[in-house]
Amino acid sequence: MTDQSGSSTTRRGFLQAGLAAGGTVATAGAARAAGDPLITEVQPWARYTGVGVDAVPYGLPIKFEDDVIRRNVPWLTAETLSSVNFTPIHALDGTITPQGCAFERHHSGAIELRKEDYRLMINGLVDRPLVFTYADLERFPRENHVYFCECAANSGMEWAGAQLNGAQFTHGMIHNMEYSGVPLRTLLEEAGLDAAGDLSGKWIYVEGADASSNGRSIPMDKALDDVLVAFKANGEALRKEHGYPVRLVVPGWEGNMWVKWLRRVEVMDGPVESREETSKYTDTLADGTSRKWTWEMDAKSIITSPSPQSPITHGAGPLVITGLAWSGRGAIERVDVSIDGGKNWQTARLAAPGQNKAVSRFYLEIDWDGSEMLLQSRAMDSLGYVQPTKDALRAIRGENSIYHNNGIQTWWVKPNGEAENVEVS
Amino acid sequence: MSKYRNLVIGAALASALVAGPAMAQEYGLGRPATPEEIAAWNLDVSPDGTGLPAGSGSVSEGETLFVEKCAACHGEFAEGVGRWPKLAGGMGTLDRRDPVKTVGSYWPYLSTAWDYVHRSMPFGNAQTLTVDETYAITAYILYSNFLVDSDFVLSNENFLDVEMPNADGFIVDNREEVEFPKFVKEPCMENCKDSVEITMHASVLDVTPGTQTDEEAAEEQQDASAAPEPAAPASPDPELVAAGEDVFRQCKACHMVGEGAKNRVGPQLNGVVGRTIGTVDGFRYSNAMAAMGEEGQVWDEEALHAFLENPRDYVSRTRMAFRGLSDAADRDAVIAYLKTFE
Repeated sequence: MTDQSGSSTTRRGFLQAGLAAGGTVATAGAARAAGDPLITEVQPWARYTGVGVDAVPYGLPIKFEDDVIRRNVPWLTAETLSSVNFTPIHALDGTITPQGCAFERHHSGAIELRKEDYRLMINGLVDRPLVFTYADLERFPRENHVYFCECAANSGMEWAGAQLNGAQFTHGMIHNMEYSGVPLRTLLEEAGLDAAGDLSGKWIYVEGADASSNGRSIPMDKALDDVLVAFKANGEALRKEHGYPVRLVVPGWEGNMWVKWLRRVEVMDGPVESREETSKYTDTLADGTSRKWTWEMDAKSIITSPSPQSPITHGAGPLVITGLAWSGRGAIERVDVSIDGGKNWQTARLAAPGQNKAVSRFYLEIDWDGSEMLLQSRAMDSLGYVQPTKDALRAIRGENSIYHNNGIQTWWVKPNGEAENVEVS
Repeated sequence: MSKYRNLVIGAALASALVAGPAMAQEYGLGRPATPEEIAAWNLDVSPDGTGLPAGSGSVSEGETLFVEKCAACHGEFAEGVGRWPKLAGGMGTLDRRDPVKTVGSYWPYLSTAWDYVHRSMPFGNAQTLTVDETYAITAYILYSNFLVDSDFVLSNENFLDVEMPNADGFIVDNREEVEFPKFVKEPCMENCKDSVEITMHASVLDVTPGTQTDEEAAEEQQDASAAPEPAAPASPDPELVAAGEDVFRQCKACHMVGEGAKNRVGPQLNGVVGRTIGTVDGFRYSNAMAAMGEEGQVWDEEALHAFLENPRDYVSRTRMAFRGLSDAADRDAVIAYLKTFE
């Protein structure tokens, strides 16, 4: 963090950055008569050598990008061992989230568990309770899939109104990675499911090896459908904070079910109704009753730039509006963008056709006239479900739901290019 | 769920056809789990009592245990300290703004509380409670919610008789029935509303982190660079220090050491060896601890040994809810470890 000028995240910092950028334009204009010194004069990097190979055996991003980091909201939780931080989605592009800045959520801290010490038990209503080592898992047929993992509480602080200024904080409890692993179905069948009888009403209970013993119940039909026992993400080993050496991937379903440091899968007659599926991750409605088993993450989108942490610094003219969209019930079909707070919409361009339960990147290129905008995006998935407004969600659920807020987000972009999190009528 | 059912039935039929009734292991990988291994990990308890071991514990036993093991975070009456979870109270608040969700007001099953206490608590020292202790603590949590009397004894026999006030407060996810009819539709593209007004600004609350001023940031930078390199302690025994690091795991839920250590439930412990008692800035000590500091008492090795052996003997009204380290070797090790943090 030696380069303070490049790492300010304050609103004042943005303003200064904007002014500085404006200044650069002017300077560059003046310099252009004689030629830009960056071009007309030999620069140090064009004269001297750089660093050799092996200078950093495993690389980190260049220092100029040192503000692209996870951040937490200290007032949210009692302390960081049982807490969450946020992916810097405002500063990323494409769809794959680098592991090093993918959000973390721990219930009793990230543990260090060696592959050699790893054991996975399958027990309960199975023909043969089994124990697998990490090496055993690597001998089963493997699959690769890109899936998003979103915490059910993503945008949870925004139920009662606009609260946090930045896409990282309002929508950053999400990451999207390519997982390599073994279908859970393969492991369950290896243990044998005859003992379970009719599978349609059966459940599994999955549990982690960390001190929180985080465990969730999953209906058997989901377990046999697309759940993955994953040990690689984006081509390399899972990071400690994401459950090294093995985590569960439960595509499209809330992140809490993606049990990290997975140590046990029990086939059961019914759900355990553990702490994480009763006292937490249940959605309280206005009348005081609560929905349980709200597993799927509904279609949602967010404009990542421009946004409060990624203001417009170039003035009027060509502007790239971009963001992310995803649905836990299928693929993204379409994303619409409004620049007038939802009065009129235009369909954005998907960078690639939507993939099942994975993040899509969208772009809308406009010629910005420099006047204020109320930017919104609206996702539509393969079921034809259209991302609702926050008002529409609140009309059904009230403001105490905490989880599953997939309402449309509004950024108020001012003529100077700064953006603020607002709500509109 | 209906969308998966056909697939499951189809798949089940397919495996039955392929593998036949014998259903041998396809890959022959893994090894049988022994009964002892299953018993060690298969601890979950279901709402109908499945998995609940035989045992019992009283409210009064639970109170003693709770004060010792739980109150530092949850408060002596389970009312919660700071942002740590409240376990009691909140009845009748679920339909209000900011409902208070506790074991009494919200949790639908007692099994959930017993299971969670047994497997996941105390925070930072999980899976150390015996079965009877877990019954006792659960009984005390019920008592603190006015759900049982002070002479109540909870056991596997009467476990299912306890009525949880919010047992009927849950419905299964009905988004597909209630919300899909409203949200699955062709969306409006033009002139979708007459006017648009901003109704709320995030900047009004201004709770976004990272909005420190540049001066503050510069100050922090300076503080960091001005901090002296940690002086190497006089020939620390690396094995002892490593052992102390292990012992310190029991302390980590409440105390921080090292770079950037902050006060948490307990004060940060950098430089604690040799420090005057009760003098970490910004930490709210018990009156007893503060008084010792005012008398000029210092955390020398002797004092730390005495305190760590039995905290409540040494400082009778300390807030530290830790039973102590009875093994002198553990105390030696953790003190050696703490000495490495100046």
